Amino acid sequence: MELSFHTVMSQVMLGLNNGVFYAILSLGLAVIFGLLNIVNFVHGALYMLGAYVALLGYTMLGPLLGKPDFHLNYWAALVVAPLVVGLLGIGIERTMLRRLRKFDHLYGLLLTFGLALIIQGVFTNYFNVSGDAYDAKPEVLEGAVNLGFMLFPKYRLWVIVISLVVCFSTWFVIERTKLGSYLRAGTENPELVKAFGINVPLMITLTYGYGAALAAFAGVLAAPIYSVSPVMGSEMIITVFAVVVIGGMGSIMGAIITGLLLGMVEGFTKVVYAPASSTVIFLIMVLVLLIKPTGLFGKES
Amino acid sequence: MLEPRPEEMLKITGLHAFYEESHILHGIDLTVGAGELVTLLGRNGAGRTTTLKSIMGLVGRRSGSITINGIETIAMPTHRIARLGIGYCPEERGIFSNLTVEENLLLPLVVREGGMSLAELYEMFPNLQERRKSMGTRLSGGEQQMLAMARILRTGGKLLLLDEITEGLAPVIVQAMGRLIGQLKERGFTIVLVEQNFHFAADLADRHYVIESGVIADMIPRDELASSTDKLNQYLGV
Ligand SMILES: Nc1ncnc2c1ncn2[C@@H]1O[C@H](COP(=O)(O)OP(=O)(O)O)[C@@H](O)[C@H]1O
Ligand SMILES: [Mg+2]
Repeated sequence: MELSFHTVMSQVMLGLNNGVFYAILSLGLAVIFGLLNIVNFVHGALYMLGAYVALLGYTMLGPLLGKPDFHLNYWAALVVAPLVVGLLGIGIERTMLRRLRKFDHLYGLLLTFGLALIIQGVFTNYFNVSGDAYDAKPEVLEGAVNLGFMLFPKYRLWVIVISLVVCFSTWFVIERTKLGSYLRAGTENPELVKAFGINVPLMITLTYGYGAALAAFAGVLAAPIYSVSPVMGSEMIITVFAVVVIGGMGSIMGAIITGLLLGMVEGFTKVVYAPASSTVIFLIMVLVLLIKPTGLFGKES
Repeated sequence: MLEPRPEEMLKITGLHAFYEESHILHGIDLTVGAGELVTLLGRNGAGRTTTLKSIMGLVGRRSGSITINGIETIAMPTHRIARLGIGYCPEERGIFSNLTVEENLLLPLVVREGGMSLAELYEMFPNLQERRKSMGTRLSGGEQQMLAMARILRTGGKLLLLDEITEGLAPVIVQAMGRLIGQLKERGFTIVLVEQNFHFAADLADRHYVIESGVIADMIPRDELASSTDKLNQYLGV
């Protein structure tokens, strides 16, 4: 088999395109896990909800409001969906997760898993499982750009760029700012952070809301690429959990880098041996678990 | 003439505290006047740390009354208690390993004016300035203790709760700590100092409370300390 530079690069770029989704989603999981100690199983459903806010905002919101000509456009959806889903996340944290805080973390996992099943179940009941197309991709993002070594779809390039911006901004805020120092301290010793006058419960609520908003943002980005379906989240989240296991839960940068790299590895595998591309991440997960059970960036504890 | 009664900065009455099912404090009563330095002495496991944690609202459950400057805090969440102007230095020091020395210093919320500035703190603790970019737990034990002390002096809070700050430190550093405590007292801080024995603070403390099995067993004012040494040694099992 001949591996031309072009074939490899185009698959790696497409892989990077998947990788940025892994990165945003595993980043959100890492942030939530850090502060709440909960493996947020509802993350995939929140991602799916983000895509549906974009889709329904475009197709159904106008008629619902009695203004059939109104369509929530893509740019507005990029803001509105994270807000709506972020608020939903805040509601989930306030009314449910908060009550579980004094119990074993397993209960948080079970609760979010149950929520994921409920949300997905409801959407499966009302929407097409095989997916609906989202037709509101902005015109400026149609077509392709010449990267020198290949023609690459403009929209996918936009997704890569904006996702990297969001991921690294989040990293910057957490690792390099005063606000981030509260978060890092809260991850380590929340009781003492409270004793220093900081409203940790509020911080936890907002952090969960931010993680939910990130998932929704990724959902909107995904809508024009993949079809919007009730199961899009559960399909995505399985891979993302593998990414998280490989990267280790501890580190923000670890989550981002692992997500990006594994997306590219997946893309590369598609060229080398296509049938393995959907399983290569899980293979790596098994290897990492055998060699370093805390994950590549995980801290021994 | 009677001395005017100092304003009560901290007043604890009938304090009971629990972790899960274990009942640890059984009705603590104590008061600390503004500007006073008071020690809580006792054997290991007597309940001194639990008393400080109860003041901060960091125990599972507590009942009774704890007032800070006359404000009842028994039902307050921890962060609001802290904002009344309390600096808490925990027994395990609580230096954050994910934060640099300077981030550790800047972490506690400034609650009112009159706290020390970063520049003043660096002047007081030159080691911390040198290592301000290091991660917190890279410091030596003594430096970590200095950091744990320094970071609660920025907030403007006037009541300091200090838990065994000399534990495990080299004698020179213990001496430095002693001088520091003296300076803080001069600056008008009100200090509750948990110690294993009374020697460290003998020259500085106004009064000593002895805690045994979750109750106050005795209170010894400064001028009775010399005559009470035997009694104290017995309490503390020396
Ligand atoms: N988190 C906890 N859970 C249950 N029991 C505790 C906890 N912390 C301390 N205790 C118990 O409370 C008692 C008082 O402890 P503590 O206040 O730490 O004593 P001291 O500081 O005087 O050495 C001890 O018997 C200790 O075993
Ligand atoms: Mg103690």
